[in-house]
Amino acid sequence: MRMASSSSFSSASMAMGDEKPHVLAVDDSLLDRKLIEKLLTNSSCKVTTAENGQKALDLLGLGDGQHALNSIASKVNLIITDYCMPGMTGYELLKKIKESPTMKDIPVVIVSSENVPTRIKKCLDEGAEEFMLKPLQKSDVNRLRCQLTKFSNPHKGMLCMGR
Amino acid sequence: MERNQMRRQLALMRQSFFDQGFLDEQFIQLEELQDDANPNFVEEVVTLYYRDSSRLILNIDQALERNPLDFNKLDNYMHQFKGSSTSIGAKKVKAECTQFREYCKAGNSEGCMRTFQQLKKEYAILKRKLEAFFQQARQAGPLETACRSRN
Repeated sequence: MRMASSSSFSSASMAMGDEKPHVLAVDDSLLDRKLIEKLLTNSSCKVTTAENGQKALDLLGLGDGQHALNSIASKVNLIITDYCMPGMTGYELLKKIKESPTMKDIPVVIVSSENVPTRIKKCLDEGAEEFMLKPLQKSDVNRLRCQLTKFSNPHKGMLCMGR
Repeated sequence: MERNQMRRQLALMRQSFFDQGFLDEQFIQLEELQDDANPNFVEEVVTLYYRDSSRLILNIDQALERNPLDFNKLDNYMHQFKGSSTSIGAKKVKAECTQFREYCKAGNSEGCMRTFQQLKKEYAILKRKLEAFFQQARQAGPLETACRSRN
Protein backbone atom coordinates (compact mmCIF):
# COMPACT_ATOMS: atom_id res chain seq x y z
CA MET A 1 0.00 0.00 0.00
CA ARG A 2 1.38 3.34 -1.00
CA MET A 3 1.76 5.69 1.95
CA ALA A 4 1.67 9.45 1.40
CA SER A 5 4.82 11.17 2.56
CA SER A 6 4.28 13.18 5.68
CA SER A 7 5.97 16.24 4.28
CA SER A 8 3.60 16.73 1.41
CA PHE A 9 -0.12 16.99 1.37
CA SER A 10 -2.20 15.97 -1.56
CA SER A 11 -5.66 17.41 -1.56
CA ALA A 12 -6.82 14.79 -4.00
CA SER A 13 -6.23 11.70 -1.92
CA MET A 14 -5.55 10.44 1.52
CA ALA A 15 -2.93 7.97 2.67
CA MET A 16 -5.36 5.08 2.37
CA GLY A 17 -6.35 5.85 -1.22
CA ASP A 18 -8.91 8.22 -2.68
CA GLU A 19 -11.45 7.95 0.09
CA LYS A 20 -12.88 11.10 1.59
CA PRO A 21 -12.22 11.60 5.30
CA HIS A 22 -15.28 10.94 7.39
CA VAL A 23 -16.06 13.48 10.07
CA LEU A 24 -18.56 13.17 12.89
CA ALA A 25 -19.82 16.64 13.89
CA VAL A 26 -21.68 17.06 17.16
CA ASP A 27 -23.64 20.21 18.03
CA ASP A 28 -26.99 20.86 19.66
CA SER A 29 -27.71 23.81 17.35
CA LEU A 30 -29.33 22.81 14.06
CA LEU A 31 -28.04 25.99 12.48
CA ASP A 32 -24.46 25.22 13.48
CA ARG A 33 -24.78 21.60 12.35
CA LYS A 34 -25.89 22.83 8.94
CA LEU A 35 -22.94 25.20 8.78
CA ILE A 36 -20.30 22.71 9.82
CA GLU A 37 -21.73 20.10 7.49
CA LYS A 38 -21.48 22.46 4.52
CA LEU A 39 -18.00 23.60 5.47
CA LEU A 40 -16.81 20.00 5.66
CA THR A 41 -18.64 18.86 2.52
CA ASN A 42 -17.11 21.73 0.58
CA SER A 43 -13.75 20.47 1.81
CA SER A 44 -14.44 17.05 0.36
CA CYS A 45 -15.27 15.33 3.61
CA LYS A 46 -18.03 12.88 4.26
CA VAL A 47 -20.07 14.13 7.21
CA THR A 48 -22.30 12.59 9.83
CA THR A 49 -23.92 14.91 12.35
CA ALA A 50 -25.29 14.27 15.82
CA GLU A 51 -27.35 16.62 17.95
CA ASN A 52 -25.95 15.55 21.30
CA GLY A 53 -23.25 13.52 22.96
CA GLN A 54 -25.40 10.45 23.57
CA LYS A 55 -26.40 10.24 19.90
CA ALA A 56 -22.75 10.62 18.95
CA LEU A 57 -21.83 7.71 21.22
CA ASP A 58 -24.66 5.64 19.77
CA LEU A 59 -23.34 6.30 16.26
CA LEU A 60 -19.87 5.29 17.39
CA GLY A 61 -21.21 2.08 18.82
CA LEU A 62 -20.40 3.16 22.35
CA GLY A 63 -23.99 3.38 23.50
CA ASP A 64 -25.19 1.00 26.21
CA GLY A 65 -25.24 -2.62 25.15
CA GLN A 66 -24.00 -1.90 21.65
CA HIS A 67 -21.48 -3.58 19.44
CA ALA A 68 -19.14 -1.59 17.27
CA LEU A 69 -20.14 -3.77 14.31
CA ASN A 70 -23.01 -1.63 13.00
CA SER A 71 -21.47 1.69 13.84
CA ILE A 72 -19.55 4.18 11.78
CA ALA A 73 -16.73 3.80 14.29
CA SER A 74 -14.35 2.08 11.94
CA LYS A 75 -14.77 4.80 9.33
CA VAL A 76 -14.59 8.03 11.34
CA ASN A 77 -11.34 9.99 10.91
CA LEU A 78 -12.21 13.00 13.04
CA ILE A 79 -14.76 14.07 15.61
CA ILE A 80 -15.63 17.73 15.97
CA THR A 81 -17.79 18.58 18.93
CA ASP A 82 -19.27 21.71 20.42
CA TYR A 83 -18.30 22.26 24.05
CA CYS A 84 -21.54 23.71 25.44
CA MET A 85 -24.29 21.18 24.99
CA PRO A 86 -27.14 20.32 27.35
CA GLY A 87 -26.88 16.88 28.95
CA MET A 88 -23.42 15.72 27.99
CA THR A 89 -20.91 18.48 27.31
CA GLY A 90 -18.28 18.21 24.60
CA TYR A 91 -15.72 17.66 27.32
CA GLU A 92 -17.68 14.74 28.78
CA LEU A 93 -18.03 13.28 25.30
CA LEU A 94 -14.28 13.66 24.79
CA LYS A 95 -13.62 11.77 28.01
CA LYS A 96 -15.87 8.88 27.00
CA ILE A 97 -14.18 8.66 23.62
CA LYS A 98 -10.72 8.65 25.16
CA GLU A 99 -11.82 5.93 27.59
CA SER A 100 -12.85 3.67 24.74
CA PRO A 101 -10.24 1.17 23.50
CA THR A 102 -11.70 1.36 19.99
CA MET A 103 -12.19 5.11 19.76
CA LYS A 104 -9.41 6.64 21.78
CA ASP A 105 -7.14 7.18 18.82
CA ILE A 106 -9.66 9.14 16.79
CA PRO A 107 -8.71 12.81 16.95
CA VAL A 108 -11.29 14.97 18.70
CA VAL A 109 -11.54 18.70 18.13
CA ILE A 110 -13.54 20.81 20.56
CA VAL A 111 -15.20 23.99 19.35
CA SER A 112 -16.62 26.72 21.53
CA SER A 113 -18.00 30.22 21.18
CA GLU A 114 -16.18 31.17 24.38
CA ASN A 115 -12.48 31.65 24.81
CA VAL A 116 -11.93 30.35 28.34
CA PRO A 117 -8.30 29.41 29.09
CA THR A 118 -9.19 26.94 31.88
CA ARG A 119 -11.67 25.26 29.58
CA ILE A 120 -9.12 25.02 26.79
CA LYS A 121 -6.50 23.53 29.07
CA LYS A 122 -8.96 21.02 30.48
CA CYS A 123 -9.85 19.79 27.00
CA LEU A 124 -6.30 19.61 25.73
CA ASP A 125 -5.22 17.77 28.90
CA GLU A 126 -7.97 15.25 28.32
CA GLY A 127 -6.56 14.56 24.87
CA ALA A 128 -8.40 16.89 22.53
CA GLU A 129 -6.38 17.47 19.41
CA GLU A 130 -7.37 21.10 19.24
CA PHE A 131 -9.68 23.66 20.71
CA MET A 132 -11.15 26.06 18.20
CA LEU A 133 -13.40 29.07 18.38
CA LYS A 134 -16.83 29.16 16.77
CA PRO A 135 -17.95 29.86 14.23
CA LEU A 136 -15.52 27.78 12.24
CA GLN A 137 -14.35 29.31 9.01
CA LYS A 138 -13.22 27.87 5.72
CA SER A 139 -9.57 28.41 6.67
CA ASP A 140 -10.04 26.43 9.91
CA VAL A 141 -11.54 23.51 8.06
CA ASN A 142 -8.83 23.62 5.39
CA ARG A 143 -6.23 23.39 8.11
CA LEU A 144 -8.00 20.46 9.80
CA ARG A 145 -8.33 18.77 6.44
CA CYS A 146 -4.58 19.05 5.91
CA GLN A 147 -3.89 17.59 9.32
CA LEU A 148 -6.19 14.67 8.66
CA THR A 149 -3.64 13.01 6.41
CA LYS A 150 -1.36 12.79 9.42
CA PHE A 151 -4.00 11.19 11.62
CA SER A 152 -4.88 7.85 10.18
CA ASN A 153 -7.55 5.95 12.00
CA PRO A 154 -5.86 2.62 12.70
CA HIS A 155 -9.23 0.88 12.56
CA LYS A 156 -10.23 2.26 9.19
CA GLY A 157 -10.93 -0.52 6.76
CA MET A 158 -10.57 -3.20 9.43
CA LEU A 159 -13.48 -5.32 10.53
CA CYS A 160 -14.61 -4.79 14.08
CA MET A 161 -14.64 -8.32 15.42
CA GLY A 162 -17.63 -8.06 17.72
CA ARG A 163 -15.99 -6.13 20.54
CA MET B 1 -37.22 46.89 -13.66
CA GLU B 2 -34.29 45.96 -15.87
CA ARG B 3 -32.28 43.01 -14.55
CA ASN B 4 -28.88 44.72 -14.39
CA GLN B 5 -30.41 47.63 -12.54
CA MET B 6 -32.01 45.23 -10.08
CA ARG B 7 -28.68 43.55 -9.50
CA ARG B 8 -26.95 46.86 -8.92
CA GLN B 9 -29.61 47.79 -6.39
CA LEU B 10 -29.21 44.43 -4.74
CA ALA B 11 -25.45 44.89 -4.48
CA LEU B 12 -25.93 48.32 -2.92
CA MET B 13 -28.46 46.93 -0.47
CA ARG B 14 -26.06 44.18 0.49
CA GLN B 15 -23.17 46.60 0.94
CA SER B 16 -25.30 48.83 3.17
CA PHE B 17 -25.83 45.90 5.56
CA PHE B 18 -22.09 45.79 6.17
CA ASP B 19 -21.52 49.55 6.12
CA GLN B 20 -24.29 50.15 8.64
CA GLY B 21 -23.13 47.34 10.91
CA PHE B 22 -26.10 45.03 10.60
CA LEU B 23 -23.96 42.18 9.28
CA ASP B 24 -20.34 41.23 9.70
CA GLU B 25 -17.74 39.04 8.00
CA GLN B 26 -19.45 35.83 9.05
CA PHE B 27 -22.27 36.55 6.59
CA ILE B 28 -19.69 36.57 3.81
CA GLN B 29 -18.47 33.18 5.02
CA LEU B 30 -22.04 31.93 4.50
CA GLU B 31 -22.16 33.41 1.02
CA GLU B 32 -18.90 31.68 0.16
CA LEU B 33 -20.38 28.34 1.18
CA GLN B 34 -23.25 28.76 -1.26
CA ASP B 35 -22.71 26.94 -4.53
CA ASP B 36 -24.52 25.10 -7.31
CA ALA B 37 -25.15 22.14 -5.01
CA ASN B 38 -26.81 24.44 -2.47
CA PRO B 39 -27.89 27.56 -4.37
CA ASN B 40 -30.13 28.82 -1.55
CA PHE B 41 -27.80 28.00 1.29
CA VAL B 42 -27.65 31.50 2.79
CA GLU B 43 -31.40 31.92 2.81
CA GLU B 44 -31.85 28.45 4.32
CA VAL B 45 -29.45 29.24 7.12
CA VAL B 46 -31.09 32.59 7.77
CA THR B 47 -34.50 30.88 7.86
CA LEU B 48 -33.18 28.48 10.50
CA TYR B 49 -31.98 31.52 12.39
CA TYR B 50 -35.47 33.06 12.37
CA ARG B 51 -36.89 29.79 13.65
CA ASP B 52 -34.35 29.49 16.47
CA SER B 53 -34.70 33.16 17.36
CA SER B 54 -38.48 33.28 17.54
CA ARG B 55 -38.45 30.32 19.91
CA LEU B 56 -35.79 31.93 22.10
CA ILE B 57 -37.52 35.31 22.11
CA LEU B 58 -40.70 33.64 23.34
CA ASN B 59 -38.82 31.79 26.06
CA ILE B 60 -36.97 34.89 27.17
CA ASP B 61 -40.15 37.01 27.19
CA GLN B 62 -41.78 34.43 29.45
CA ALA B 63 -38.73 34.15 31.67
CA LEU B 64 -38.64 37.94 32.06
CA GLU B 65 -42.13 37.86 33.54
CA ARG B 66 -40.98 35.80 36.51
CA ASN B 67 -40.32 37.45 39.81
CA PRO B 68 -37.53 37.23 40.81
CA LEU B 69 -35.70 36.70 37.54
CA ASP B 70 -33.77 33.47 37.01
CA PHE B 71 -30.58 35.01 35.66
CA ASN B 72 -28.99 31.66 35.09
CA LYS B 73 -31.79 30.53 32.83
CA LEU B 74 -31.87 33.86 31.04
CA ASP B 75 -28.13 33.74 30.46
CA ASN B 76 -28.51 30.24 29.09
CA TYR B 77 -31.11 31.33 26.55
CA MET B 78 -29.03 34.32 25.61
CA HIS B 79 -25.94 32.17 25.15
CA GLN B 80 -27.88 30.24 22.51
CA PHE B 81 -29.23 33.40 20.93
CA LYS B 82 -25.79 34.93 20.79
CA GLY B 83 -24.42 31.74 19.29
CA SER B 84 -26.81 31.62 16.39
CA SER B 85 -26.59 35.38 15.84
CA THR B 86 -22.83 35.02 15.63
CA SER B 87 -23.16 32.12 13.19
CA ILE B 88 -25.02 34.23 10.65
CA GLY B 89 -23.09 37.44 11.25
CA ALA B 90 -25.93 39.40 12.86
CA LYS B 91 -23.63 42.05 14.30
CA LYS B 92 -26.04 44.41 16.09
CA VAL B 93 -28.19 41.63 17.49
CA LYS B 94 -25.05 39.91 18.76
CA ALA B 95 -23.98 43.12 20.54
CA GLU B 96 -27.33 43.29 22.34
CA CYS B 97 -26.94 39.66 23.37
CA THR B 98 -23.55 40.44 24.88
CA GLN B 99 -25.00 43.42 26.74
CA PHE B 100 -27.87 41.34 28.05
CA ARG B 101 -25.46 38.71 29.39
CA GLU B 102 -23.51 41.42 31.18
CA TYR B 103 -26.69 42.49 32.96
CA CYS B 104 -27.46 38.86 33.83
CA LYS B 105 -24.05 38.46 35.43
CA ALA B 106 -24.63 41.68 37.37
CA GLY B 107 -28.12 40.55 38.40
CA ASN B 108 -29.57 43.73 36.92
CA SER B 109 -33.25 43.08 36.10
CA GLU B 110 -33.97 46.50 34.71
CA GLY B 111 -30.91 46.35 32.50
CA CYS B 112 -31.97 42.95 31.18
CA MET B 113 -35.46 44.08 30.34
CA ARG B 114 -34.33 47.29 28.69
CA THR B 115 -31.69 45.51 26.65
CA PHE B 116 -34.11 42.83 25.56
CA GLN B 117 -36.50 45.45 24.16
CA GLN B 118 -33.60 46.89 22.22
CA LEU B 119 -32.57 43.44 21.06
CA LYS B 120 -36.04 42.67 19.74
CA LYS B 121 -36.00 45.97 17.83
CA GLU B 122 -32.65 45.20 16.22
CA TYR B 123 -33.74 41.68 15.42
CA ALA B 124 -36.96 42.91 13.75
CA ILE B 125 -35.05 45.46 11.67
CA LEU B 126 -32.53 42.86 10.52
CA LYS B 127 -35.24 40.36 9.70
CA ARG B 128 -37.10 42.93 7.59
CA LYS B 129 -33.95 43.90 5.74
CA LEU B 130 -32.94 40.32 5.02
CA GLU B 131 -36.42 39.34 3.89
CA ALA B 132 -36.46 42.25 1.46
CA PHE B 133 -32.98 41.29 0.29
CA PHE B 134 -33.83 37.68 -0.48
CA GLN B 135 -37.07 38.64 -2.15
CA GLN B 136 -35.26 41.09 -4.39
CA ALA B 137 -32.55 38.51 -5.07
CA ARG B 138 -35.20 36.09 -6.31
CA GLN B 139 -36.61 38.73 -8.64
CA ALA B 140 -33.20 39.69 -9.95
CA GLY B 141 -32.47 36.08 -10.84
CA PRO B 142 -29.37 34.01 -10.03
CA LEU B 143 -26.63 36.29 -8.83
CA GLU B 144 -23.02 35.31 -9.60
CA THR B 145 -21.31 37.87 -7.36
CA ALA B 146 -22.46 36.55 -4.00
CA CYS B 147 -21.85 32.89 -4.83
CA ARG B 148 -18.72 30.91 -5.36
CA SER B 149 -17.32 31.69 -8.76
CA ARG B 150 -17.28 28.85 -11.23
CA ASN B 151 -13.91 29.96 -12.64
